[in-house]
Amino acid sequence: MSSEITKELLESETSGVLKTELTLGLPGDSLVQKSGIKRGFSDVDLKLANYDQAESQPPPQAQVVGWPPVRSYRKNLIKNCKYVKVGVDGAPYLRKIDLEILSSYQDLLTAMGDMFTCLTICHVLNERKLMDSANGEEYVPTYEDKDGDWMLVGDVPWKMFVESCKRLRLMTSSEAIGLGAAAPSTPSKGSSTSC
Amino acid sequence: MAYSFPEEVLEYVFAFLSSHKDRNAVSLVCKSWYEIERWCRRRIFIGNCYAVSPQIVIRRFPEVRAVKIKGKPHFADFNLVPEGWGAYVYPWISAMVRSYPWLEEIKLKRMVVTDESLELLSKSFKNFKVLVLSSCEGFTTDGLASIAANCRNLRELDLRECEVEDLSGHWLSHFPDNFTSLVSLNMSCLGSEVSFSALERLVSRCPNLRTLRLNRAVPVEKLPNLLRRAPQLVEFGTGAYSAENQTDIFSNLVEAFSGCKHLKSLSGFWDVDPAYLPAMYYACTGITSLNLSNATVQSPDLVELIIQCPNLKCLWRERELIEDMTTQVLDYIEDAGLKALPSYCKDLQELRVFPSDPYGAEPNVSLTEQGLVTVSAGCPKLQSVLYFCRQMSNAALITIARNRPNLIRFRLCIIDPQAPDYLTLEPLDTGFGAIVEHCKELLRLSMSGLLTDRVFEYIGTHAKKLEMLSIAFAGDSDLGLHNVLSGCESLRKLEIMDCPFGDKALLANAAKLETMRSLWMSSCSVSYGACKLLGQKMPKLNVEVMDERGHPDSRPETCPVEKLYIYRTVAGPRVDKPNFVWTMDEDAVLRLS
Repeated sequence: MSSEITKELLESETSGVLKTELTLGLPGDSLVQKSGIKRGFSDVDLKLANYDQAESQPPPQAQVVGWPPVRSYRKNLIKNCKYVKVGVDGAPYLRKIDLEILSSYQDLLTAMGDMFTCLTICHVLNERKLMDSANGEEYVPTYEDKDGDWMLVGDVPWKMFVESCKRLRLMTSSEAIGLGAAAPSTPSKGSSTSC
Repeated sequence: MAYSFPEEVLEYVFAFLSSHKDRNAVSLVCKSWYEIERWCRRRIFIGNCYAVSPQIVIRRFPEVRAVKIKGKPHFADFNLVPEGWGAYVYPWISAMVRSYPWLEEIKLKRMVVTDESLELLSKSFKNFKVLVLSSCEGFTTDGLASIAANCRNLRELDLRECEVEDLSGHWLSHFPDNFTSLVSLNMSCLGSEVSFSALERLVSRCPNLRTLRLNRAVPVEKLPNLLRRAPQLVEFGTGAYSAENQTDIFSNLVEAFSGCKHLKSLSGFWDVDPAYLPAMYYACTGITSLNLSNATVQSPDLVELIIQCPNLKCLWRERELIEDMTTQVLDYIEDAGLKALPSYCKDLQELRVFPSDPYGAEPNVSLTEQGLVTVSAGCPKLQSVLYFCRQMSNAALITIARNRPNLIRFRLCIIDPQAPDYLTLEPLDTGFGAIVEHCKELLRLSMSGLLTDRVFEYIGTHAKKLEMLSIAFAGDSDLGLHNVLSGCESLRKLEIMDCPFGDKALLANAAKLETMRSLWMSSCSVSYGACKLLGQKMPKLNVEVMDERGHPDSRPETCPVEKLYIYRTVAGPRVDKPNFVWTMDEDAVLRLS
């Protein structure tokens, strides 16, 4: 391609290009982007605690991955942060969630539902699950505790859970069968090999 | 005239060439110089572990003693590269174990290192001396125990900002009782408590120890004992720097610090209690490097400490040492603190100001562009800046550029993406334009704020020495990218996130990509079709598409790819790709169609 033609072609791109404004909105809003791809929410840093409180604080902000360019260890250092990795069976990427800013299991489910936008929360017989409406697959939140055992989320007091949780995983219901509920004296190891 | 010098003479002369660039240039002079040079090269630097294979390196350089390898792209630091992407060191180590039995040094950056790799290395290299792991991950403290137990001649163990699975602090106790060769230990990124008595004994029996960077778990009460055993220390990092109010701790600290007459660098300072800072004043006169980026200490105390360090500066040695020889603070220093800096630290060369609350909606400290302007005016040797702030103006940038035409690194992060000049509400194009126009030796630039295609015109026109450029949320069209790729003659690394750059500029400048180390583009507008085309036309590049949504074939060709990583290579497509990375090459294109 001659450089003249290149320049012409490129210059025709520039006239009258509207600048779309980037807005960081509440979770659930679409993130308007200049570029072609809609950004999902990863590294969710939602200040969900504000939902229940009538405060004059600024509204919760969802954060974009990679911005601002601050290293993870620095994030964990400044505030009381507890970032743990969250994986979903079948999805290639891991994400991270800050447990310190959440105050209940309900918050956690909501955050996970927002993070993996194809999943919706469903309450089945008082159990906490997430469902992928596209393929009908049900996911159960599980976590690895300090001892390296995989447990179902939800059976210990929230604070205790935050203290002992090392990482989270949304397992398909079938894979999660056999996982122990947390009991202080006898945590049972998951029998499935997928852990 | 190569034939008129015996090989031994040439080899002797080449030994004086330490820079990789010089060595590479020498090897291109003629075949016999190539041969001589490759047999006597002892130090190898591999900027991208996928640009070459271990086998190719070993075949060309049979007598290597020191290796430095970099893995993941820089944006991996900000969670843009998913886990499992690659950069495994194991294949390198296992190949080197066979061919470099006398290897002494391994330095890695952004690579995945397993306990298995560490154990293998510790048992195979009998003369192993230096292990520096920078921003690495994948290993546990068990791997460190292997290193401690087996590397009898270890001099340096430096873990910089690594993600280590911390099983226990017991690893330190694996250094044998007759192990005395330690010169440098940096364990600052570890969480667990090590045995203090083991640490004290280790420090006591290593007379050449000059660098000791402790982790947060070492309480301030333990410092005096350690410092007394190592008064020869040149670089020291504290642990948590606070305690219950006990006056004898303070006086012990004063005594211990005043015994350290050679200290040049201080770091650590987690959980700092300002009341304990004065204990260090006696040690501060020789300090040239201060890292307070963990210290959530407010401006007046910080300034007091900095005042105690009249020689604070940055010694220009090899680039890799620069990281340690800087002044690093949190933005708690505020404009007021930065105003004080030039009066007391006239020789300051590098300044890094990190954000204390990067996600807060409102500013929590009084740090603005003025702080940076003041430092740029008052510190004539300032050449390297990393600055997080919440507002910027073109006027400030132009002033900084005029004050400091000697800047070589300028990284500015305005926290709000696309923030305009806060005074005029205009884009910051002219400000950054002034930076590249005045700072003719600029090697590295990171931009932020509201930027249009115009800034890239300035960059393409002026930034002729620029080697690394980082862009986010900037530009309007392909013309921006085109200006950078066609104008920046020295460009080696380009990383772009969330910019409206698409196919045209990339395809038009395909040849340029072979002259660079790598290009990263995420959340831009490059189509799958263009990636395939690029991969087909440029066999010496690996064009890697990363997409969480599954194989790009399941979407239209015009659909933009999520992430794109392009790098030159002589090793062909990667063989260790995870299931969310695809290499666009002829074979792949044929297989997919």
